[in-house]
Amino acid sequence: MKNAMGIILTGGNNGRMKELSSIRATAAVPVGGKYRAIDFILSNMVNSGITNIGVLTQYNFRSLMDHLGTGKEWDLDRKNGGLFIFPPYLSDDSSGWYKGTADAMYNNLTYLRRSSQEYVIVSVGNSIFKMNFEEMVDYHIDKDADITIAYRDMSDLYHEDLALLGIVSVDKDHRIIDFEEKPLRPKGTLGSMGIYIMRRELLIDLLEECIAHGNYDFVKDVLIKKLNSLRIYGYKFNSYWRSVSSIKMYYRCNMELLDPDVCCQLFVDGGKIYAKVKDEPPAKYNDEAEVTNSIIADGCIVEGSVENSVLFRGVTVKKGAVIKNSIIMQGSVIENGASLQNAVLDKNVLITEGKNLTGDQEWPIIVGRKTIV
Amino acid sequence: MSKTEMIALLLAGGQGSRLGVLTKNVAKPAVSYGGKYRIIDFSLSNCINSGIQTVGVLTQYQPLELNAHIGIGKPWDLDRMNGGVTILSPYLKEEVGEWYKGTANAVYQNIHFVDKISPEYVVILSGDHIYKMDYSIMLEEHKKNNADATISVIDVPVDEASRYGIMNTDQKGRIIEFEEKPKNPKSTLASMGIYIFTWEVLREYLLKDNEDTQSENDFGKNIIPSMLKDGKNLWAYQFSGYWRDVGTIQAFWESNMDLIQRVPIFNLFDPTWRIFTPNPIKPAHYIGPNGNVKTSIVTEGCMIYGVVRNSVIFPGVFIDENTVVEDSIVMTNSKIGANSYIHKSILSENVIVGNDVKIGVGESVPNDIKPSIYYCGITVIGESSYVPDEAQLGKNVVIDRFVTTDDYCSLHVPSGKSVFKGGVCD
Repeated sequence: MKNAMGIILTGGNNGRMKELSSIRATAAVPVGGKYRAIDFILSNMVNSGITNIGVLTQYNFRSLMDHLGTGKEWDLDRKNGGLFIFPPYLSDDSSGWYKGTADAMYNNLTYLRRSSQEYVIVSVGNSIFKMNFEEMVDYHIDKDADITIAYRDMSDLYHEDLALLGIVSVDKDHRIIDFEEKPLRPKGTLGSMGIYIMRRELLIDLLEECIAHGNYDFVKDVLIKKLNSLRIYGYKFNSYWRSVSSIKMYYRCNMELLDPDVCCQLFVDGGKIYAKVKDEPPAKYNDEAEVTNSIIADGCIVEGSVENSVLFRGVTVKKGAVIKNSIIMQGSVIENGASLQNAVLDKNVLITEGKNLTGDQEWPIIVGRKTIV
Repeated sequence: MSKTEMIALLLAGGQGSRLGVLTKNVAKPAVSYGGKYRIIDFSLSNCINSGIQTVGVLTQYQPLELNAHIGIGKPWDLDRMNGGVTILSPYLKEEVGEWYKGTANAVYQNIHFVDKISPEYVVILSGDHIYKMDYSIMLEEHKKNNADATISVIDVPVDEASRYGIMNTDQKGRIIEFEEKPKNPKSTLASMGIYIFTWEVLREYLLKDNEDTQSENDFGKNIIPSMLKDGKNLWAYQFSGYWRDVGTIQAFWESNMDLIQRVPIFNLFDPTWRIFTPNPIKPAHYIGPNGNVKTSIVTEGCMIYGVVRNSVIFPGVFIDENTVVEDSIVMTNSKIGANSYIHKSILSENVIVGNDVKIGVGESVPNDIKPSIYYCGITVIGESSYVPDEAQLGKNVVIDRFVTTDDYCSLHVPSGKSVFKGGVCD
């Protein structure tokens, strides 16, 4: 798809991700054994033939920049287009820190102006899903819409998680007639996926107008205010989609990846999901290993028992250790006889011999990076 | 370092015919090994880990897979502006085209490649071996000894010494005699087929060797002996670590099995000496609710619902419920149905095994067509072949590449028998 470019918004931090995002942008949160959340939107864009992608980043972006590098893993190390990373900057006509999503894009208007594609797909960076944007662009053109917003029936989410999304209402023709950002009492279950398609020229105009009026947020100050004056349509998405925007959602999403149907939807059908390569050797199981219903990444050494869990690359589970319903990130070590239940361990955590950590089924216990328990 | 001090020439043209159906369509260096690698990855990774950034790979036999695997050398960081990896295949000269006649001839035909870079030293490697070695330390020795050639050697058991090229050295390690497969070996230092030459000297001997119509144009048989005869300064460099020539089905299987030991004698987990390979773009592997894996290595993209014991499982392998895989090697993207039992077998890439199948059962009878290749009880299934539902395959059975269910004369293939593509039934 040569006529569309991508903008990925990864700026905001999110207190609801607790320790997991205190050291990284939510888009850089590790998911599913070897991925980071942003791998999904990036791969979706690349699989849809989009080769000019800008990533706007602000909060703790070092881990994100480290992950993305030159974009090699996504085939985005290009002479024309490719991957652009935009952290905030200071200059005569720039304000430094991004004050909101619209402000972030406005600060990089030059990039938008210099790009040649007719359409731009603006997306958040922390959703776990597989989607082909070619169909959505066709739909956008077909509807003769000014802006098209992807939405999905979110009745499979917890009720309180709905309040973290934008809730939309559509008419029979799928035109969006109401949009409430993070409502306290959601009126329906149709949630915005945070993906918007419009013509590049229109986006530039909208941003200039928004900033000129002293506003900064793309959803509140542009989309919602223009609901009546612009033709804003909804594009209904029906497959698996999760946003890692709270600990509960994050935990649940990882556990759902243990379902082979979800796994197939994400990783097998319709294109690959690319991630940074680590060159780890195959995972090694020793005599005492008892692993069931779990995802195990390369570079793991397993001698203990693992059930309903996700082990990231290079995790070591020693003899007699028992892990249930847990997510163990890269490089963590679980020593002999330790026991974990409903736990999320960030990178390089050490659980020493015989220690016992148990979280709640819905509220896992979180252990911060490099912690020694 | 403005000038390239040493380059590597990797001889990857051999078929490795004793690997049977595994090398029917690919050169031996391209054979899959160790859960995600190919044999050549070890030499290539050794190069980059030793700081060698210019590598010529000399190919001849079935180079397609090898070329695709190496590409522009990206996985090994060998995609360079200066140097990097270059595939050197036989080519047409002004009047005649010529295959590589021997290892030395292969290098002779690429003298212009080396001259263009004009390094001080070249290291000649074969892409056939599994080992980790720092060639820069060997080069230090070479320079310290002011040697014309340094040959890497390994101590082998006395009773096996007659299978190798044996170096007899003085006390300091200078080579005084070289014997190819001697009946009564005087030492146990076997050549590993790794040579560092001072390029100027090697160049001269390559030209001389090419003039000699009697020569077999081989490093071991011709170049080294004639250097010794001329009193050149040749040294042995003793290597002590894991080194295997996985040239037979048995050796290949054993070396793979070395990786699944609790503390493997060959460690792939060393972060300071990683082995690089093109990574499969697949999710982390999944073990199902009734799955069970012990004493095995498993790679990305696998779905394991059955039982796996003492095995090496490559990317994208699917093993269904109630199936047991033991003492086996299952290569990329192979699928094994339910209620099956697979014992001591090698399944190549993209093999499809049906339900209720038994493989590798019964008494061990050497293969009746190729007893010298398939005799050690291991059944081998060639790439993209089918094993139909309810089939029973004995030991030392060979299934050719691309065999379909129609090619089976009977669902019962006794030990030592073979099934060929389009085969005729008795």
